[in-house]
Amino acid sequence: MAPRALAIGRGWPGRLAALCVAGFLLAPLGAVLWRAGGAGWPGAADWAAVRFTLVQAVLSAAISAALAVPVARALARRRFRLRGAYVALMGAPFILPVIVAVMGLVVVFGRGGWINDLLGLAGLGPVSIYGLHGVVLAHVFFNLPLAVRLILQGWQEIPGERFRLAAQLGAGPAEIRRLLEWPMLRRVLPGVCAVIFAICLTSFAVALTLGGGPRSTTVELAIYQAFRFEFDLGRAAMLSVIQFAMVTLAGLAALRLSRGEGFGTGFDRVVPRWDARGRWLRLADGAWLVVTGVFLLGPLAAVAWRGLPGLDAMPASVWTAARASLAVALGATGVTMGLTLAMALARRGWVELIGLAPLAASPLVLGSGLFLLLNPVANPASLALAVTMAVNVVMALPFALRIVGPAVAGVEADYGRLADSLAMRGAARLRWLVLPRIRRPLGFAAGLTAALSMGDLGVIALFADPERATLPLTIFRLIGAYRMEAAAGASLLLLALSFGLFALFDHGGRWRADT
Amino acid sequence: MLTLEALDIRQGDFRLRADWSVAAGDRVALIGPSGAGKSTLLSVVAGFFAAASGRVLWDGRDLTGAAPGERPVAMLFQDGNLFPHLTAAQNVGLGIRPDLRLAPADKARVAEALARVGLEGYGARKPGALSGGQQSRVALARVLVQSRPLLLLDEPFSALGPALRAEMLDLVAGLCAEKGATLLMVSHAPEDAQRIADRLVLVDEGVAEAPVATAEAFARPSDRLRRYLG
Amino acid sequence: MRHLAIATGLLFATQAAAQDPVLTIYTYDSFNTEWGPGPVVEAAFEKECGCDLKFVTAGDGAALLSRIRLEGARTEADVVLGLDTALIAQAAETGLFAPSGVEAGYNLPITWRDETFVPFDWGYFAFVGLKDGPKPGSFEDLAAGDATVVIQDPRSSTPGLGLLMWVKEAYGDRAEQVWEGLADNIVTVTPGWSEAYGLFLEGEADLVLSYTTSPAYHLIAEEDDTKIALPFEEGHYLQVEVAGMLAGTDQPELARDFLQFITTDAFQSAIPETNWMYPAVTPDGGLPEGFDTLVQVDKPLLTAPEAAAGIRDAALEEWRRALSQ
Repeated sequence: MAPRALAIGRGWPGRLAALCVAGFLLAPLGAVLWRAGGAGWPGAADWAAVRFTLVQAVLSAAISAALAVPVARALARRRFRLRGAYVALMGAPFILPVIVAVMGLVVVFGRGGWINDLLGLAGLGPVSIYGLHGVVLAHVFFNLPLAVRLILQGWQEIPGERFRLAAQLGAGPAEIRRLLEWPMLRRVLPGVCAVIFAICLTSFAVALTLGGGPRSTTVELAIYQAFRFEFDLGRAAMLSVIQFAMVTLAGLAALRLSRGEGFGTGFDRVVPRWDARGRWLRLADGAWLVVTGVFLLGPLAAVAWRGLPGLDAMPASVWTAARASLAVALGATGVTMGLTLAMALARRGWVELIGLAPLAASPLVLGSGLFLLLNPVANPASLALAVTMAVNVVMALPFALRIVGPAVAGVEADYGRLADSLAMRGAARLRWLVLPRIRRPLGFAAGLTAALSMGDLGVIALFADPERATLPLTIFRLIGAYRMEAAAGASLLLLALSFGLFALFDHGGRWRADT
Repeated sequence: MLTLEALDIRQGDFRLRADWSVAAGDRVALIGPSGAGKSTLLSVVAGFFAAASGRVLWDGRDLTGAAPGERPVAMLFQDGNLFPHLTAAQNVGLGIRPDLRLAPADKARVAEALARVGLEGYGARKPGALSGGQQSRVALARVLVQSRPLLLLDEPFSALGPALRAEMLDLVAGLCAEKGATLLMVSHAPEDAQRIADRLVLVDEGVAEAPVATAEAFARPSDRLRRYLG
Repeated sequence: MRHLAIATGLLFATQAAAQDPVLTIYTYDSFNTEWGPGPVVEAAFEKECGCDLKFVTAGDGAALLSRIRLEGARTEADVVLGLDTALIAQAAETGLFAPSGVEAGYNLPITWRDETFVPFDWGYFAFVGLKDGPKPGSFEDLAAGDATVVIQDPRSSTPGLGLLMWVKEAYGDRAEQVWEGLADNIVTVTPGWSEAYGLFLEGEADLVLSYTTSPAYHLIAEEDDTKIALPFEEGHYLQVEVAGMLAGTDQPELARDFLQFITTDAFQSAIPETNWMYPAVTPDGGLPEGFDTLVQVDKPLLTAPEAAAGIRDAALEEWRRALSQ
């Protein structure tokens, strides 16, 4: 790309935001190191954990992305009733709190689950969900929808004109794949893989619950061990640094691989697809959509099914917690969107890398470091909701940035020159150019952030406020008090609220959108 | 007066030099083979691309380093001259205020400009609902309200039919005359240049030659121009 | 804005109560829920102390100790409630705790000699299963049969660590062998009790590692008598939960009063049906109906706290090796 004659001053809010995020991640790590009086060195068992973590994260990312391609393609080229609902469903599994989702998966895939019941009817032996394959299955369940949405977005960014041109040239599905789809995928897939890889790196409860035993020890568990067992803060911090290093490498690889030109501008007419009308292709697309839908809906249905009878059994505190969670979620969404826009507009490689880094943050190390920093100046309990919100913001940022970033880059590539020549800068550029053109991805990102915050990525035990718990924490407490039925009811409520928020924002972004 | 002072443009192996000036109100066509650097030269004048050395001056003011929006320049590109999510009136209004905070008088100017290009009553339409010619007119209406003394055209009408293109060029000539604006346009068709440009710059073999009078150039073409015209 | 409002509200609340001295008690999360012992204990103690009791919660027992260690001598805690026998050696080692001076007629399976920590409840780890499911009577029985079991990871959960020590205490040098025998019975190892118990209730395994008192909840609160704890020949590993006062407390009198209060009826009678554990001092009214149906253990196992730390690391390594094959 030609060097811009002018780059002065542009994007300083984004660079500032990136520095703040980096500070938010690194200062706690530094505090833990400082308190430990230096780094500790990981032992042999820790390195085994690093290996297992890498293997499961690579497998999960590769399989999620590979399965997502045909599903996204089917969604991109088919119009059917309930397509909107189907696309919205693509947000649901990702936003469930881990323990709820794991239980849902177990009801379907477990030893006594629906699948094994069916297999039993067919006279086939039971399949076990526990082991590396179970971990990968769960991670695919969580991340496939995200991958589908990200890739679908890539498809939608190919202007209709290109498909029209391809149809005009008599291009069939194979040619379209080569001319239009493959270049898009080459640009989009590395980023998708990097995000999922990073998510799976810090997997803790999923990897452990479904992993089947100490073979499936992840780095996050090694951090737990260093903290709880040995109170070896230096080693915990060192393991956290290793996690950061792995995510940084993945991010760098993705940045390098995903370089490529965009597709150029096209006017926003809705252009139908002329390729892929063959019956066989229609059947194949349909099959992908049905199988994926069942795979994703099954565990969700299980959560709902188990939760219905529990709705009556919920204590009043569940509603209080639901209100606290909603407030946290909405606040986190606002802040995250601001940070995301600023960082996406800065369009710098290092800003993008920092945007990915929170995925690597160990909640335990982050929480302990924040505690070390804040405890001398303020009462941690009174900061509980604020810290939960801040952690949710930072944890949701990588997703939001991955969704919004490419869209902003596309807008700049297509209309940046025109806007420059008209002296559209700062707020004017944001309001009249960027925001209207990224409504869809922005809505999707906001929905995802809200739902993720409902599901509490950042429950930090050290900052617990006994008076005001969030909904996921309340669910955990109910289970801890044997009150499984009430917990199931509260899980259903959480699912409904998370999904409601997600659908609201996501739909808002698509409503009467020009793009 | 626009002065290109010892400009030396480099982009990889590509190189282009220019060292001349044009008087205010002149209408200059840049012609030459594909890839010779006509568009790149316009990009340098508009401020999208920095030359390796040399300066661009307007009435003695050094523009080198000024942002595109700060230059006394209005420019139309080959495509993508309109924002598809904004109405025709908003697209034009951006030429008055980039933040679109338009006073009633501004809005009147927008309506006037749309009327001037023959699009009265089309203000509420979005580009997707306009024909190619109408889209070009909207872009011209914006140039009109921008009131910049220097207009750069990078073949914005190349997708239009001959009759429509001629019409647009006449419109451009009219606007320039009305505002006393200086025009720099890239052209592939000699007849376009003959139609509205009074000066001609041949861009070829790494040099943008100093402007010569169009009629003279076509009457007694230089060797290089003859080679280009074939 | 909301947070600001909340914070301000909290500030006023603290100021309003400022006439009364504040006793800050760190406890684990589930102790101070609306259905846990916290509210009962708070009301009862505030009635007699002329003070404001404030609970601060942090995860579980191990998280509590981490927090105290992170805060060090600066801690605001006057009392920590919820450490257990697996943690008291490490806790004592920090030098942050002061002797309690409390004496009481404990009803514990062991003689209590520790002068720093005051026991408030106790229980035995046990495998919980269904009345009409498999009922192995020992670890070796379990390993030989094909009953399935879900356990917790000792590195992240209290019961998991309890099981590790249980096997080690019962089998000593043969522990690794026992674990190797158990490997094919173990469906999975969860990070915490909640996941394991949830899996068990979903029917993922015949048995789950929990407490001998677990069936009491199902029996009393849900009138469900299908869940039973299995008595093991080797005996059962004991968990005693304790409280201790900080040496640096600014309310030493109140803290000591509270530790003494722990051993009284007002505190102890709340324990069985809120914390679902045995009270450390049997309440005047005896144990609630239903507790009499629970497994009676005649062979309590407990590694001496001083020895536990040394044994633990080796036991963990054996466990990891045996289950990684």
